[in-house]
Amino acid sequence: MNKKTIFSAGLFAAVALHAAPADAQQTLKYAFQGNLNTLDPHSLNETTTLGLQGNVYEGLTARDKNLKIIPGLAERWEVLDGGTRWRFHLRKGVKFHNGNDFNADDVVFTATRTAARNSQLSVRLPKDMETVKVDAHTVDFKLKAPNPILHYAWDTWYMMDKEWTEANNATQPSAPQDTTPSFAVLNANGTGAFKITEHQLGVRTIFDKNTAWWGKPEHNLDKVIFTPITSAPTRVAALLSGEVDVIDPVPLQDVARINASANAKVLEGPEVRTIYLGFDQMRPELTASSVKGKNPFKDVRVRKAFYQAVDIEAIKRQVMRNASVPAASLVSPLIFPPVGQIQRWPFDLAAANKLMDEAGYPRQGADNIRFEVDLDCPNDRYVNDGPICQAVTAMLARIGVKINLQAVPRAQFFAKANSPGYNVPFYLLGWTPGTMDAHNVLNDLMSCRAADGSGGKGQFNNGGYCNAKVDELASKVLIEVDTAKREGMILEAFKILHDDVGYLPLHQQALSWGVQKNVEIVQRADNQPLFYWATKK
Amino acid sequence: MLAFILRRLAQAVIVLLTVALIAFSLFRFVGDPTNQMVSQDTTVEQRIEMRKELGLDDPVYRQFLRFVGNAARFEFGVSYQNKQPVSKLIGERFSATIELALTSAFFALFVGIPMGVYTGIYPNSLLARLFQTISLVGVSLPTFLIGILLIFVFSVSLGLLPSFGRQGVVRIGSWTTSFLTLEGLRSLILPAITLGLFQMTLIMRLVRSEMLEVLRMDYIRFARARGLSDRSINFRHALKNTLIPVITITGLQLGSIIAFAIITETVFQWPGMGLMFLQAVQTVDIPIMAAYLLLVATLFVLINLAVDLLYSAVDPRIRVAGKAA
Repeated sequence: MNKKTIFSAGLFAAVALHAAPADAQQTLKYAFQGNLNTLDPHSLNETTTLGLQGNVYEGLTARDKNLKIIPGLAERWEVLDGGTRWRFHLRKGVKFHNGNDFNADDVVFTATRTAARNSQLSVRLPKDMETVKVDAHTVDFKLKAPNPILHYAWDTWYMMDKEWTEANNATQPSAPQDTTPSFAVLNANGTGAFKITEHQLGVRTIFDKNTAWWGKPEHNLDKVIFTPITSAPTRVAALLSGEVDVIDPVPLQDVARINASANAKVLEGPEVRTIYLGFDQMRPELTASSVKGKNPFKDVRVRKAFYQAVDIEAIKRQVMRNASVPAASLVSPLIFPPVGQIQRWPFDLAAANKLMDEAGYPRQGADNIRFEVDLDCPNDRYVNDGPICQAVTAMLARIGVKINLQAVPRAQFFAKANSPGYNVPFYLLGWTPGTMDAHNVLNDLMSCRAADGSGGKGQFNNGGYCNAKVDELASKVLIEVDTAKREGMILEAFKILHDDVGYLPLHQQALSWGVQKNVEIVQRADNQPLFYWATKK
Repeated sequence: MLAFILRRLAQAVIVLLTVALIAFSLFRFVGDPTNQMVSQDTTVEQRIEMRKELGLDDPVYRQFLRFVGNAARFEFGVSYQNKQPVSKLIGERFSATIELALTSAFFALFVGIPMGVYTGIYPNSLLARLFQTISLVGVSLPTFLIGILLIFVFSVSLGLLPSFGRQGVVRIGSWTTSFLTLEGLRSLILPAITLGLFQMTLIMRLVRSEMLEVLRMDYIRFARARGLSDRSINFRHALKNTLIPVITITGLQLGSIIAFAIITETVFQWPGMGLMFLQAVQTVDIPIMAAYLLLVATLFVLINLAVDLLYSAVDPRIRVAGKAA
């Protein structure tokens, strides 16, 4: 009785405080797990940041809903001089949000700014590239060596206004040790479908429709409010209560509940990121293993035994709740379709045990195990990364390998796993090629690396897989302009890697966003929030 | 009294130095900040250079001395993640945390004390038992669970209150407040209850036991014998004498409310210092972590000092050491 009284009193108070929303405009509220740390398009090379910025800034090229390259701020382009000169014809009549015209001077200026020391986007441009203005709406990019994929990542190489940037003293991206942030960190002036009218770091960012946009809007929004919501249950609650329209990501365990709700649903689709396990094949002796004097992972039989002991379908079913696509290669078929030909080594415990016996690691001792080794995993980076590693630990126990699982937050994990130490004998990582092209995987994950990872090759080949033939193919692919030949060489490299069992690919995880049923939004496999294709009823 | 305050301030400096030292030795284990600042395409050479420029390769004692030297000039550096001065970032977040903490403390006091008085006077009534049960929930359930529970009842099921964020914010100079709008007050309710529930139950239980004790005192019996009204006895005589420990606890707890707002702020995406600190831990943003820890230590020291002074003011029998008895 009394409880009831208190409860209804609380209800009454809450109802009394309930304000009536008066919103005739179409507003999309988007909640993401992380902050939008900078508006500077050349400061941070990170998917979500670039994706959010992509609603405001635009590149010379763009990508359509299926990641196909289409014209952006350039109407068309041609490759001249055997691939060493690219001519871009800029779209006419494009204006920045402040009213300035977009022209060749802005492109030349942006190229210089992007190549600056503190720009993380400098990787978008070949080192020795020269940018030449031909006329007000034509720009030439001159290269020392042919580069068939020069424009592949240019959809996220955003153009800035020379006059605006110079007037605001922001000609260089902020350096890590700068004591005052560059103007461009907190303000934006692009050519895109939306303009930023308010940006409170970590609280909210407001995107208003750009009525003067050159393109034909496919969205019906007047305003987008971006809010970071760190805590996953709160994010889900905000969606269910209708306070936000889109949330990214949805924890897998909440998918069923959201789908069962009256007003919201989960949008799931394949992501291009590949999750895989890697082996230290470089050190003469592993850093954390019971095997002394030699490195078991140098033996392809051991690597293959590990591969065949992992029941990927069980991981998909039990850990990923079917929200994953098992992978046979380090690159998604969405990026490079020919890898679809490669099939995973089958799950086969008998074969795996036999391989381990042949490799000379018999079961022994009171525990009846072959050997012990650490498995290093992040536990807050990829979808269910910690549980995947737990599953792998249990699966490898069945072939007599005792895994000592080290699942830690990503900050600690990457400090240990990445250059210059590479102190991980056996590890889990995920990779999305920044260029959306397979060559990036060949170069960064599959090429032989220097001990400390310097020299620009194999920097994320943390296990030090090394095959001279793959290296040779990687260098050839870089400059091959004939598409069919190029694809043939890339496929060959992936086949070699598969036969060498250089890595243990697991799966491509699925994207999962929660959206209100009255919202239509395009979920592209690169996980960018694309407001310009969103509609709300 | 002045000597007492001066000595306390001198001790505060030692406390702050100790906190800074402990914090700095912990930072060795939180991971490599540069890994969180670069992209996957950044070369090893650039990473090494970045470490050097940030001074992360210097010996710990040099990094520590540099930090202390800068902190003494209220210079806390630039956030690794947001490229903005830490003092500015904390300044922007300070008001959100303080408003939330004060509202929670207010809630804890003005709900906890009446509940404590009631359960003290009628220890065996049904309502008192109910209060006791509620207080058990308050002390035993972890904050994040209470927060999520409240969100699911009041935001998702009933749709009455916002589930996240600080809304209806009005800026007055450098201070931002959500007290002035209806929206702002509504967004404050759930986080304030979540944060204050533990303190509320603490105060309720404290007042209850004090009341039970005081009500057995002789002067209460004499008051009854004199025929004073119940109201006068309970509130003018009994309650007044239970308040001294309550003041102490409230003061001390205010510090913890501010310091432990981290969880509540994260659950409700409340844009305060605690949320910023948690994000800084995840991204190894050392300048923010260091400044936050020092600030919280300072607040604790100041609040304790204020409580000590208040204590002697409220109860004339107690005199702080340093003044002749």
